[in-house]
Amino acid sequence: MGSRRLALARLHGLFAVYKPPGLKWKHLRDTVELQLLKGVNAGKPPAPEQRVRFLLGPMEGSEEKALTLTATSVPSLTNHPLVCGPAFTSLKVGVGHRLDAQSSGVLVLGVGHGRSLLTDMYNAHLTKDYTVRGLLGKATDDFCEDGRLVEKSTYDHVTREKLDRILALIQGSHQKALVMYSNLDLQTQEAYDMAVRGLIRPMNKSPMLITGIRCLHFAPPEFLLEVQCMHETQKQLRKLVHEIGLELKTTAVCSQVRRTRDGFFTLDDALLRTQWDIHSIQNAIQATAPRVAVELEKSLSWSWDSRGPSSASGLENGAGH
Amino acid sequence: MALSAQQIPRWFNSVKLSSFITATQLGKQFQRRGKTLSHGFSAQPQMSSDNCFLPWGFKTYRTSSLWNSSQSTNSSRQEISSAQSALLPSVNEQTQKTQKIPRFDSELSLEALDDLPPLSPLQPVSEEEAIQIIADPPLPPDTFTLRDYVDHSETLQKLVLLGVDLSKIEKHPDAANLLLRLDFEKDIKQILVFLKDLGIEDNQLGTYLTKNYAIFSEDLENLKTRVAYLQSKNFSKAHIAQMVRNAPFLLSFSVERLDNRLGFFQKELELSVKKTRDLIVRLPRLLTGSLEPVKENMKVYRLELGFKHNEIQHMITQVPKMLTANKRKLTEIFDYVHNVMSIPHHLIVRFPQVFNTRLFKIKERHLFLTYLGRAQYDPTKLNYISLDKLVSVPDEIFCEEIAKASVQDFEKFLKTL
Repeated sequence: MGSRRLALARLHGLFAVYKPPGLKWKHLRDTVELQLLKGVNAGKPPAPEQRVRFLLGPMEGSEEKALTLTATSVPSLTNHPLVCGPAFTSLKVGVGHRLDAQSSGVLVLGVGHGRSLLTDMYNAHLTKDYTVRGLLGKATDDFCEDGRLVEKSTYDHVTREKLDRILALIQGSHQKALVMYSNLDLQTQEAYDMAVRGLIRPMNKSPMLITGIRCLHFAPPEFLLEVQCMHETQKQLRKLVHEIGLELKTTAVCSQVRRTRDGFFTLDDALLRTQWDIHSIQNAIQATAPRVAVELEKSLSWSWDSRGPSSASGLENGAGH
Repeated sequence: MALSAQQIPRWFNSVKLSSFITATQLGKQFQRRGKTLSHGFSAQPQMSSDNCFLPWGFKTYRTSSLWNSSQSTNSSRQEISSAQSALLPSVNEQTQKTQKIPRFDSELSLEALDDLPPLSPLQPVSEEEAIQIIADPPLPPDTFTLRDYVDHSETLQKLVLLGVDLSKIEKHPDAANLLLRLDFEKDIKQILVFLKDLGIEDNQLGTYLTKNYAIFSEDLENLKTRVAYLQSKNFSKAHIAQMVRNAPFLLSFSVERLDNRLGFFQKELELSVKKTRDLIVRLPRLLTGSLEPVKENMKVYRLELGFKHNEIQHMITQVPKMLTANKRKLTEIFDYVHNVMSIPHHLIVRFPQVFNTRLFKIKERHLFLTYLGRAQYDPTKLNYISLDKLVSVPDEIFCEEIAKASVQDFEKFLKTL
């Protein structure tokens, strides 16, 4: 039992997983939980127990047949593993920012006490990075490549400059929205300093905001965008691709949405399907634990300081992102 | 001191579950009446707390060790903890109290009713009698787990030592009741000896019985008839043992049912007798599972996927699991392999193992090979990669020999999908 408790003791914290496309996030969470349970239940079975019973029997060394109670240790099967079943039947695994079935990428999970850190991560309102692959020339009803076709169009007139111009427009309009939703009075000096450094972001609910967008690769009909955003859903990102197509006076669908960074978890931290076992997860939790603590501390202190009207010094150590 | 029938319940109620029958009498009577009582009991009512019939229930898992150790030659009174008789976990039927009273009445009048001990707990008691009072905590009359009873039931203890997983069996309430009522010497031993004769090893008995605990309620003659039937169909002894091990419920099927199923497979698959036999030996759960999925899958292969009958026969003899596979998974795999990877029917027939792998594995490996430019599945051309090498080898061998890349490259590629 000792080894099992030890294994469970190291299973508290956050770790990131690479969700492959086509898998629902709930199935992934259930698979990870099953694998962790397998690992935790696989310890050595406990030693056979004994219990003390007072048995009636003739006393040794006495001539008469007088009966007396003697305390004897008899084996007991009450806590035998075949009678009780496995030691653990469920583990609490929580999911951070979700990904829908067709998208892929970094998905943050929390085990045990790490689930409260998930709430902290949510309240830190950190940005996320996506790579979005688009296809010019058709439009579908759900903005995906395999949806019902709505429209087809030509795209010969589309050039890289036009695309870049559109993306810059989008970024500019979202910049304005960022300032508006962050509820900061830009007339103050602190707010101006933060805006200059690009640290403004809303710390409460807001619609999807894009903090940065650029085109990585353009080979018509395909193009690859890198999007940095917050408070988004993957469907909204696909809709963004559709709208970019409309702005370019053609149509576009989204063929891939892939999250490359969620807050401070990057692709390097993400565990692949072959690594979803207890040891890799424990190592991942331990590897990221110090970074998680530092980053959450920073973002919490930043949010505190930024709200205070008279704090001028606190801003220096706050580094939002 | 003839207690009338009406008085007895009241008396017992006031005494709260202790019975005052002498040990020797109890021993003898229970020996005789035990079996019938337990059967009578199974038709019995819910044991409420003021029920005076609890002591009768003792017999069924007669804790003979407990009894013998605590029996004395001349004890006049034994206070039997009533809950020990609790082996009626969750029995729900109507109480038939009236049925019991006459029997009890005759019981009492037979015995020396003047043996009845005093009712007051303050009455002085001799040392010997005091020692013989059993004051173990009472067993619960009904419970959801067999843990409470395992230390008091020899049958359960012997089953655990055999390797039977009681935690799985107690999930079925009827199963737990059945096991508690069984007696190791009489019922269970015969079946165990029969199974050992069949060829099931000691260490395999545990897993077998965990799955098919209902075999204890089968008649030994029926089991022997079924084995004889299988032997008459020219299944060798070793084959029968293997089949029973892999499909634990096989022996619970009657001879007609087995006959029907064998006939169905012969007609449906149209294979030779020997090949059908080999197929059944390889996958005996074809006989115990439902036949509907098999019929559906045969239609899917013929109509939807477009395989010819001899092709289906070939695939099934290679991979029998295809008969019971999930229809949706089959169509998804076939769709990807045939339409996306452009592999024609005759190649798929040669490697039916693709239908047995997970779709994500096929997709990931195919996309990696396409990325490297090595996705060549045509045997007539160079650098041909066969389908079974694609799906059956583990990751390291696939990366090194087939994709000629490192495992890290494969992982990096997977993170770009």
